[in-house]
Amino acid sequence: MDALDLARWQFGITTVYHFFFVPITIGLSLLVAVMQTRWMRTRDPQWLRLTKFFGKLFTINFALGLVTGIVQEFQFGMNWSDYSRFVGDIFGAPLAIEALLAFFLESTFLGLWLFGWGRIPEKLHLSFIWLVHVGTVLSAYFILAANSFMQNPVGYTINEANGRAELTDFLAVLTNPVQLVTFPHVVAAAYMTGGAFVLAFAIWHLSRTGTPAVDKPIYRKAAKLGAWTVLVASLVVIGSGDVQGKVMTEVQPMKMAAAEGLYEDVPEGVGAPFSIITVGTLDGREEVWALTVPKLLSYLATGSLEGAVEGIDHVQERYELTYSGDELTAAEDYRPVVPVTYWSFRLMMGLGFAGMAIAAAVLWALRGTGSQTGESRLEGHRMWAWAGALVLFMPLLANSFGWIFTEMGRQPWLVMGLMTTQTGVSPGTTTGEVLTSMVVFTLLYGALAVVEVGLTLRYGRAGAEQVPEDPSFDPAHRSDDDAFVFTY
Amino acid sequence: MELTTIWFVLIAVLWIGYFVLEGFDYGVGALLPVLGRDTADGSVTGETRRRQMLGAIGPFWDGNEVWLLTAGGATFAAFPHWYATLFSGFYLPLLLILVALIVRGIGLEYRGKVDSTRWRRRMDLMVVAGSAVPALLWGVAFTNIVRGVPIDAEMEYVGGFWNLLNPVALLGGLVTLTLFLTHGALFVALKTDGQLRHDARALGLRLGVVAAALAVAWLWIVHASTGTAVSWVLAGLAAVALLAGLAAARAGREGWAFTGTFATIGLATASLFVALFPDVMPSSLDPAWSLTVENAASSQKTLGIMTVVAVVFTPVVLLYQSWTYWTFRRRISGHHIPTEVHPAAVTEETRRRVGAS
Ligand code: HDD
Ligand code: HEM
Ligand code: HEM
Repeated sequence: MDALDLARWQFGITTVYHFFFVPITIGLSLLVAVMQTRWMRTRDPQWLRLTKFFGKLFTINFALGLVTGIVQEFQFGMNWSDYSRFVGDIFGAPLAIEALLAFFLESTFLGLWLFGWGRIPEKLHLSFIWLVHVGTVLSAYFILAANSFMQNPVGYTINEANGRAELTDFLAVLTNPVQLVTFPHVVAAAYMTGGAFVLAFAIWHLSRTGTPAVDKPIYRKAAKLGAWTVLVASLVVIGSGDVQGKVMTEVQPMKMAAAEGLYEDVPEGVGAPFSIITVGTLDGREEVWALTVPKLLSYLATGSLEGAVEGIDHVQERYELTYSGDELTAAEDYRPVVPVTYWSFRLMMGLGFAGMAIAAAVLWALRGTGSQTGESRLEGHRMWAWAGALVLFMPLLANSFGWIFTEMGRQPWLVMGLMTTQTGVSPGTTTGEVLTSMVVFTLLYGALAVVEVGLTLRYGRAGAEQVPEDPSFDPAHRSDDDAFVFTY
Repeated sequence: MELTTIWFVLIAVLWIGYFVLEGFDYGVGALLPVLGRDTADGSVTGETRRRQMLGAIGPFWDGNEVWLLTAGGATFAAFPHWYATLFSGFYLPLLLILVALIVRGIGLEYRGKVDSTRWRRRMDLMVVAGSAVPALLWGVAFTNIVRGVPIDAEMEYVGGFWNLLNPVALLGGLVTLTLFLTHGALFVALKTDGQLRHDARALGLRLGVVAAALAVAWLWIVHASTGTAVSWVLAGLAAVALLAGLAAARAGREGWAFTGTFATIGLATASLFVALFPDVMPSSLDPAWSLTVENAASSQKTLGIMTVVAVVFTPVVLLYQSWTYWTFRRRISGHHIPTEVHPAAVTEETRRRVGAS
């Protein structure tokens, strides 16, 4: 493996890892803010207990999102310096604005929220968690604007004098058509993840026999909130994903063809089918058996059941003609790795739908338990604990597969139509250096994963602590200074 | 003023903000094993003192770190070639800094999450190493940047790793390390109560003397080769601020003492940027190959847009960050540290301890 392969692996591993914590952070910050708002509105101590319970889990998770994000910020310069020189004029701006607008907001107000319990007027304190959430969404907006430029460069011109891309229209960069559909898709996918996180721990506690009866109502509340969040967000995810498919077909036809493993063009009026599962050769050229939905691919790609869809071979031919003349854009092969795009696309959707199904099942099982006492079908059934464990990972992994699809489907391009991945790598960086950082990050991230999962399970299992506002609260459990309970 | 000059100044401001703010929390983190020990009479445990120290930086350190992220992002946006050459060239030191920042963040956030002495000892070690390593390496990096490194005609750094560890650069590393330790000790003196406050002040004084000696030698060497009249003046003011700060510490005026080290770090960093201008990374091979504010910069269009963004939002950030410092202005004393632990943090060891007592 050379420095290029290593740099690619490193980028893939570190971003996918970063993006385990990102959607949980975005989603959970919203849900904790909602819980705290409910507490302020209703003065029902159960909401306060939930706020503190999921607030703890939120901070455990946020810590890793933060430290792995720093690596991302520096990685472009370390491993992709030629890329940074080529697009820095455009790409650097959203990154800098992200830091100035979003990261300062998130980190400062999270500090105020954590350390401010009990020493800041309540309403002001509530506004802090909302500001943290606003920060995460702003962060997503600007980083996705940067990423969308790589998928579909807009608002730029190539400066012939210095050979780099330069900005002509910043508004166009911020309102890239790809960005406008990616942003709602990613944020809604993050809400699904946050909802599933809350849902998972709630039904785990409900299904356990050891949970005290007085505590059950609070987990029912959480389960309902989580399940509704998953369901509502998934509608946005599906709706925006549908539009994304059309935008993608327009700007990156190769990606759509690779998502289906479609080699030959399907002309107008026929209707290309979409396969749910295929058994055949790995690259999808020969198929032995497939479960297909007629005309669905045409619909996903064009919005019409009979729309024409371009096949991989044709796009390859076109790209060879257009791009082979220039060193920055010449590639032997303009095809991504088809088995990866094919399966990651299906896993993204499949896991998302499975998560929706579990959320719907939980709502069904909780029917008629609006009051504080009613036992539901969930309680005491271990099966639901398994459902909790599964639903925790479904939207999360759907996110990962979504990104693997988006990014691997873009290959061999680093910036679509302007620069191939191989020309973006740092020329002066040695294989030894990249290998060193790769080994270091892999070991470190592995160890951190063990610690973070361990802590999450530990605090998740312990359940929601009692609060002094609770009528059944036992004063023996009161700590000296509530302000410090959240801190070190 | 040229837009490129404005951006050079803004990036200098971001680095200054990073060093004066995160400088003290690096110092506090690195001093945990020194200040966080049981008192001689056994009245206050080292654990309580360590938690006072960590509580003092708790609400701030993450916000302070964002100054670094913004400096990095702004360099990318305004001077892409500077960002590309620096980050790909100083690869291994940066990797070390990244690892340090990761283990430090985790150590700080997870320390209180498990109630076991072994766990806390491990997390403390991560905080100490994670604070000391960047405190040292940023001095090494900046000395190299200002004095020049081998950069070829393609703007690529060609010096390798060991080249960065030259004696002057290592001296620079010791300067930032000792300055941040002093800054951190005085912050603890300012923000805590009891014996810890007095110990921290005394330690800050002793460290400050070492830092002053090293800093004077280093500023002299750096400015003797690349300095201008203005950079000399700033370096001189930095030295005066440090001495004034130490005098204030002696007189028991903790607020002024901390202001002194705050100004010292800010002025010394400013003097480096003044000495650097108009280069951003001088080449030691051929001055014609140096990266300058002109040849490393983004287009006028990008710089113009970024200027508007920075002018509007930087004051807002400064406002709410200052307000955070005001909100948490109270000193932290030993009795603020709760004895109660979260049920999930409880381990076998806790149960044994509680059972025995
Ligand atoms: C869709 C959203 C999204 C995406 C695609 C990314 N991030 Fe991220 N990032 C976040 C959303 C986010 C967040 C939710 O806002 C985080 C998670 C934890 C946190 O502190 O904020 C975050 C944290 C975070 C931090 C630490 C912020 C802090 O100290 O508070 C940095 C430096 C980055 N990210 C940088 C990046 C870079 C350079 C990316 C591109 C490869 C990237 N992130 C992908
Ligand atoms: C957080 C979600 C993201 C995930 C999970 C992700 C995942 C990946 C993966 C798997 C690759 C490797 C593709 C390959 O080499 O075959 C990659 C490449 C890359 N991505 Fe992303 N990505 C994410 C977001 C972003 C964003 C927001 C940006 C830019 C702002 C970005 C920029 C890049 C770059 C520069 C590469 C180049 C390396 C390469 O092509 O291998 N990515 N990403
Ligand atoms: C059936 C519904 C879905 C459809 C039609 C769909 C469609 C798409 C498409 C076309 C892309 C590629 C965008 C591009 O390359 O520009 C994408 C990416 C992505 N998807 Fe989905 N998706 C669906 C469900 C989900 C679910 C359930 C999740 C997670 C909960 C998810 C998370 C993601 C993520 C994180 C990305 C990468 C970021 C992006 O570019 O949007 N998707 N999706």
